Amino acid sequence: MRWLRIAALLVVFGFLVGAAVWTRPFGAPQAMEMDEHFIERSQEEAAANNVVTAVLFDYRGFDTLGEATVLFAAVVGVALVLRRWAR
Amino acid sequence: MSVVVRTVTRLLLPAVVMFGAYVVMHGHLTPGGGFQGGAVIASAVALVVVAFGARRIRRHKETLSVLEDVGALAFVVLAFLGIGGTFFYNSLAGTGGLFGQEVAMGANPGALNTGGMLPLMNWAVGLKVLAGLGSIVLLMGLLGGDDDR
Repeated sequence: MRWLRIAALLVVFGFLVGAAVWTRPFGAPQAMEMDEHFIERSQEEAAANNVVTAVLFDYRGFDTLGEATVLFAAVVGVALVLRRWAR
Repeated sequence: MSVVVRTVTRLLLPAVVMFGAYVVMHGHLTPGGGFQGGAVIASAVALVVVAFGARRIRRHKETLSVLEDVGALAFVVLAFLGIGGTFFYNSLAGTGGLFGQEVAMGANPGALNTGGMLPLMNWAVGLKVLAGLGSIVLLMGLLGGDDDR
């Protein structure tokens, strides 16, 4: 029974390693149109040399707004839980 | 905490805050930005809480609250400023005014006065993150057994 478990573990581990290594070479994603668009156009469209910042605050600003909301919710949650002790 | 920790904290605090401000300020040029720089400055708050105890800075809870509000409101207002184009439209980019310098195309180190809305939004998010994480740390410090009153 024990050997069966170890064998199953090895099989799963080997499958995962194989999947990671063979499915796609590193740095070669399936679809590159969006990447190329951001890298080539972010300077003229968003006026930023940092493509990550251009994506974060310009192309996907809504995403950042949601992240800020999540942070606010976290703060409110902590304050709510600790409100009696942290007076 | 001991005298050693307190002294090192006093020495280190300006450097930590300054590095965080640098990360926020250069968010549109170098790696980092509002979130990361705000987290760095919030780590300064954590340093103070660890070294001096949370009760010493308990009165700054209101300050952090106000900073959080200012950051969030500034972010939404800046997003609405571009409503002529779209929500989050970069209406300051390339206008020649504040942060409106034309960006040199191609690979270059970049100038601080570029980016349009992006640096302002970095500041807003930086304020928000620093206040949010700072108040979380402060609240948890106030909850914990605080031997430095």
